[in-house]
Amino acid sequence: MKTLIQLTVNGELVEAAVDANRTLVQFLREDLELTGTKHGCGLGDCGACTVLLDGKPVNSCLVLAVQANGRSVLTIEGLAENGKLHPIQQAFVDKGAIQCGFCTPGMILSAKALLDTNTKPTEIEIRTAISGNLCRCTGYQKIVQAIQTAAEEMTAKEGS
Amino acid sequence: MRDFQVLGARAPRLDAPAKSTGQAKYADDLTMPGMLYGAILQSPIAHGKILNIDASKARKLKGVRAVVTAREAGLVKYGVSPARYDETLYCHEKVRYVGDEIAAVAAVDLETALEAVELIKVDYEELPAVLDMFEAMKEGAPQLHDEFPGNVTAEVHQEFGETEPLMAQCDLVVDHTFLSKRQDGAFIEPHSCLAVFDLQGKLTLHTSTQVPHYVMRTVAMVLRIPVGDVRVVKPYVGGGFGPKSEATPLEMSACLLSKVTGKPVKMNYTREQVFLHSRARHQFYAEMSLGVKKDGTLVALKNKAVLDGGAYTSFGIATVYYSGSLLGGPYRLQAMKYDGWRAYTNKPACGAQRGHGGVAHRACFEQLLDKAADQLGIDPVEMRLKNVMVAGQTTINELDMSSLGMKECIEAVRNGSDWKNKKGKLPRGKGIGSACGFFVSGAGYPIYRSDTYHSTVVIKVAEDGGTVTVLTGSAEIGQGSDTMLAMIAAETLGIPLECVRVFSGDTEYSVDLGAYSSRQTLMTGHAAKEAAENVRRQIAEVLSVHMGRDVDDITFRNGNVLFRGGPGNFEKLRQGYIKEHRGWTDPPGGDYFTFREAARLAFLEKGTLVGTGKYKPPRLGGAYKGAAVGTSPAYGCSAQVVEVSVDLETGQVSVDNMTDAHDCGLAINLTSVEGQMQGSLSMGLGECLFEEVKFDSRGRIINASLGEYKIPTALDMPNVKSIVVESNEPNGPYGAKEVGEGAIMPTIPAILNAIYDATGVRINELPVTAERLYMAMKENQKKP
Repeated sequence: MKTLIQLTVNGELVEAAVDANRTLVQFLREDLELTGTKHGCGLGDCGACTVLLDGKPVNSCLVLAVQANGRSVLTIEGLAENGKLHPIQQAFVDKGAIQCGFCTPGMILSAKALLDTNTKPTEIEIRTAISGNLCRCTGYQKIVQAIQTAAEEMTAKEGS
Repeated sequence: MRDFQVLGARAPRLDAPAKSTGQAKYADDLTMPGMLYGAILQSPIAHGKILNIDASKARKLKGVRAVVTAREAGLVKYGVSPARYDETLYCHEKVRYVGDEIAAVAAVDLETALEAVELIKVDYEELPAVLDMFEAMKEGAPQLHDEFPGNVTAEVHQEFGETEPLMAQCDLVVDHTFLSKRQDGAFIEPHSCLAVFDLQGKLTLHTSTQVPHYVMRTVAMVLRIPVGDVRVVKPYVGGGFGPKSEATPLEMSACLLSKVTGKPVKMNYTREQVFLHSRARHQFYAEMSLGVKKDGTLVALKNKAVLDGGAYTSFGIATVYYSGSLLGGPYRLQAMKYDGWRAYTNKPACGAQRGHGGVAHRACFEQLLDKAADQLGIDPVEMRLKNVMVAGQTTINELDMSSLGMKECIEAVRNGSDWKNKKGKLPRGKGIGSACGFFVSGAGYPIYRSDTYHSTVVIKVAEDGGTVTVLTGSAEIGQGSDTMLAMIAAETLGIPLECVRVFSGDTEYSVDLGAYSSRQTLMTGHAAKEAAENVRRQIAEVLSVHMGRDVDDITFRNGNVLFRGGPGNFEKLRQGYIKEHRGWTDPPGGDYFTFREAARLAFLEKGTLVGTGKYKPPRLGGAYKGAAVGTSPAYGCSAQVVEVSVDLETGQVSVDNMTDAHDCGLAINLTSVEGQMQGSLSMGLGECLFEEVKFDSRGRIINASLGEYKIPTALDMPNVKSIVVESNEPNGPYGAKEVGEGAIMPTIPAILNAIYDATGVRINELPVTAERLYMAMKENQKKP
């Protein structure tokens, strides 16, 4: 028995028939081939599968595809516009915040959710916002610096 | 005087845009038409005889395409070191740990494969299991392998100098014991692979590995196919840290199932299976005595090790040797005695992990050094400075410190942490500690005995001369090796970094032993440099004829050609290029003849320009048994100062500040060097404070998830003051050496020494949970 769902993914309307037990991460990765969302544990522990659901970060392995019905999903593929990196992505590139890159999509989306609501976060606010995204490579320091840089960049842009 | 155009900069990684946008493909992102899904049946018991395997129901399940057991796979023994091949792909007589592989299934989808696995019926005769390394070595303990009675995988007995007589002459002998816990690699990407046989019977395996070369060889050996018919391709890898340094049953199962079914087969480990496969850090027990003179001179060290190896050897022989050999430096010693044993237990096999074999023993030793300093009334940093080796010295176990900025690192962290104003001056509950360490820049010998090159590199120039391609089998696993190689190629050829592309991680490109033992910067870097020099020479030779100049007069810089440092009279050649390259939209201009024009000229004369480079270390080390382990062409070294706060009511530790200095020779890419340093500290902090793979009484892991097994989060890691200390390593390409592992060495002891400073309690068991420290503080209060 499949259920028909209708949702927005990266700004585009998507309709699909999905099994009731299909998780959002499976739906994104396997059905929509949006493999930028990573699958690290399937238990909501690592945060690699973080996407934004109506602007809020969720572990897409803990959300069923049917729960996304009528809602809006942003994945890492939807962040760059017209081939231009989003300021958070650019800051991750510039500041050396990326090593193996497996946590990066989820990390960037958690950062986006933070900066969308808090344009001048403190370091502890940044660290708290990404505390559900595990990274084994970097020790987090350059990630925190990248998010700080992105925040400044985005504020400056809005001011101009 | 260094005058680099590309090296020593902060280059953005070549792969960062792909990784920041989700375009980077990892193994589990790959699919193929008609692809099947595989799953593995693993033992539910820790030790038992297999009486019967009945897969008939599984084979009959709709959607199942193949079921394979030892009968189909054969019984070829494999492992990491040929001296201890003690594994077969599937168990046939016995299972030796919860998770031991028994069979594998390929089906049309994962759900069906998992259902089929459930339908395989195995009859066991359960045997008593041994889960503790000390128990395992006792008389009468359950035996894991008939070939290795006493459950000892390997033992080491080494002595350099006259330990006992020198100990007897010391003014002070301090002792310490230390017990670490089994760590998990906890890379965020679980192992994943996709295997496919083509119609010529040739195999391609896409897999999340650190070592395409070794995987290729093991797969070929176990599945009995010619090694030339196996191609291993490493897509982007989501971290490795050591445990992805050997061929896995996952990879071999996918290959076998693809062979049997004629279809591509995808297989993944779940997170729980990552813990079950393990091959991560051993549990170590260390027992040490250090003899010193009144003035703080270190004299003699006695070191004993017991390692819990789990059910198979994996890297274990090297591991148990490293626990001894990596204490030969960075301090001068007059004598050192080492006895080590690695025990088999009925648990997942342990292997290599960042700082292979050296981390726990370094942690014990550096505490001992502090203990001695404390009793002698000497500042521990000054005591370290007094004893450090310098470049050009050889350790007592014959490791050649061809460059060693140890003293500079210690001074850098002393000054950078304001040590002098803090040590002995902090209030109770606050503490500061220091430690040092060093590590190899690539193992001196391959894992299998061989005269092979450790790295070869191919460099090709595009027909128009504008783009240079580096082809290498080396493994970018997140550390930044692709960017490092591009930088070395660009520097050597005198072209901008943007003109270089890197294709790596494919056994078809070149021979490279892979990303382990922090070897790629030095070894693959050497091969890349030589390949680029080869290409450069070919171009210069053609150019010298056309220009009528001596070949030695020709140099390349920033994409330009210089003739004795000047532009030379190249107009005729440029006109020729423009004429010959008619219709091209970007004619060369500028005041200098360009690399692109010169390379085109060479192409027209010689065809596609290809240069190759190669590297293997010279014969290294002493002549004693086991002398190979610990040898390297060069050694990186690290010093750290850590400040902690301890809640004296609860025992909760928080790490407030970390100052880290590392000597990596020339820092090819400063940003990546700092990234390796900070990541190392994070892994060390986790092992010190939180991490422990725990088992129940029947050998089952009780915390096989990243929720229960805790690694540091962004809230646990402080900002690290990272100080890059550069030396000029004579054996490294452009003076470069390792940074990937040396930086983890001082972390645990620096934290433990800081905890001692804060509480007066010396911890001898990891992890330092609040409970453990609280109990230790309580015990300490009872002391008179």
